Amino acid sequence: MLEVAGLTKSFSGFVAVSDVSLRVETRQIAAVIGPNGAGKSTLFNLITGHLRPDSGRVLLDGRDITGVQPHETCRMGLGRSFQRTNIFPKLTVFENLQAAFIVHYGRGGNFWSRSEPLYRDEVQSLLGQIGLRDQAGTLGGTLSYGNQKQLELGLALASDPQLLLLDEPTAGMSAGETHETIRLLQRIAEERGLTLLFTEHDMEVVFGIAEKIAVLHQGRLIAEGAPAEVRNDPEVRRVYLGQGLSHA
Amino acid sequence: MTERAEIAVGIGPRAGWRVPWTLIVFLAVLSLPWIGSRYDVFLGTQIAISALFAMSLNLLLGTAGLVSFGHAAYFGLGSYACGILMKDAGVPFSLAFPAAGVIAATFALVFGFFCVRLTKIYFAMLTLAFAQIVWAICFKWNDVTGGDQGLPDVPFPDLAWLGALPGFQRFRIGELFFFVVLVLVAVSIAVLRRITDSPFGRVLTTIRENPERAAFIGVNVRAYELAAFTIAGGFAGLSGALFGIFNRGVFADFVFWSKSADVMIMTILGGMNHFWGPAVGALVLTLLNQQITAYTEYWPFVLGTILVVLLFVFPGGILGALDAALSRVWKRRHA
Repeated sequence: MLEVAGLTKSFSGFVAVSDVSLRVETRQIAAVIGPNGAGKSTLFNLITGHLRPDSGRVLLDGRDITGVQPHETCRMGLGRSFQRTNIFPKLTVFENLQAAFIVHYGRGGNFWSRSEPLYRDEVQSLLGQIGLRDQAGTLGGTLSYGNQKQLELGLALASDPQLLLLDEPTAGMSAGETHETIRLLQRIAEERGLTLLFTEHDMEVVFGIAEKIAVLHQGRLIAEGAPAEVRNDPEVRRVYLGQGLSHA
Repeated sequence: MTERAEIAVGIGPRAGWRVPWTLIVFLAVLSLPWIGSRYDVFLGTQIAISALFAMSLNLLLGTAGLVSFGHAAYFGLGSYACGILMKDAGVPFSLAFPAAGVIAATFALVFGFFCVRLTKIYFAMLTLAFAQIVWAICFKWNDVTGGDQGLPDVPFPDLAWLGALPGFQRFRIGELFFFVVLVLVAVSIAVLRRITDSPFGRVLTTIRENPERAAFIGVNVRAYELAAFTIAGGFAGLSGALFGIFNRGVFADFVFWSKSADVMIMTILGGMNHFWGPAVGALVLTLLNQQITAYTEYWPFVLGTILVVLLFVFPGGILGALDAALSRVWKRRHA
């Protein structure tokens, strides 16, 4: 589904991502972990076209998407959610998702018909899936933090992606919220046959749902494989020493 | 049901049934030549034209979140286009008016192509730079624009047919032109409304709210911004065409940066988060200007004071403040 080959990116001399290669199979749930500043967000920005790599390639379903603009990677089936919640705060929850459907179905160039009755059913059904049905009329910016994260997931899902990149989907959540979000993600991935690639700090979450884990350290990939292999990798243990990996 | 609650139904999103306010206002203004003085009609024409100018800006400012400091360029280009076509080329108004819109939109498309490559303050500065270039050309190109002398004596359109209609025979050209302005402005505003309420308009609001996220739901942000810039420029051009005739002449200061500031003040004063905000701003600012310049020559001082108060006390503009007050009343009533 996703293949990253020899991806390198530096910012004025500082190498943020160095020669990273990675494969994610269709319908796999994969995680990228690593300490703060390891290059996880940069890697995501390179994959989604937000940044252009210095070298290396990104393939989505065999198509080269290296350096392709975000709005185009989105249309090719790559959805994304952000570490800091990223929604349309002064639009209602309904309008947030409706806008995403309008763009997904290519109706944004329509200057003349009324937008208001469009895609009501699609929005309703998506609201049900992400658990926001009774918040449809609320302004996005006034939702609770957890609900904003759910809305953001909805925005990513509206474009019907095959591959979903989630940057710390449970950042800032309580233990209860984290648990619910993970169950929601697992259920949606199952129902829609999604491939997931996510970054996460919470090792319990990572080892709980990931089928494959890649470990970044100082921009380099130091381990990649099934959770059990990664957990016992000596270099990973060294990097994460004292950070709770042994308890996970 | 009291009058207040009815207003709330009209301007808020809480509608059950709606009072057709736009139709009522339109008919009331249309009756102005029968009930008002010649001076009232003069002011009414000016307000209607300014309202269209400000509402065209608000497609950028309020809907797409784009701050243009050079919107007067397209207003002025429309004025010059219509004025030159009518005065020097003898083209009838019915062709010169739409041509002014098309010409202004074309310039907006070309300048906008460069502007949308930048964001925020850099976008704003580039719109200003292009406008000042247009101004410099209009100011110096004597053969075409009349340079610093401008283009005086732009003719009124031939409205003999309108004056021949029963009930209109007592009106002079100024009043007849008022009817033409009012109908053209109303149609233009109706089109702007449709665009704002369309799927295209919805996508513009996502760019206003969060351009980065908009790209990640699949929006080609630059393309949408350019489309909005072109449309807004076209409608500014239409309002400029009307103003050149109304003003009996087109002058380089139509394009000057202070004209761009005036229209932005109108928009913010009325409330850029509301579709009708800019029209209210045009009304209030024009009337205030008339009243205050009768008493004092310090109009810019008064204007500055109004702006300061507005920005600190009513950041949502007049309609924003009104809407907030009405929804408080509404809540109390239904508590």
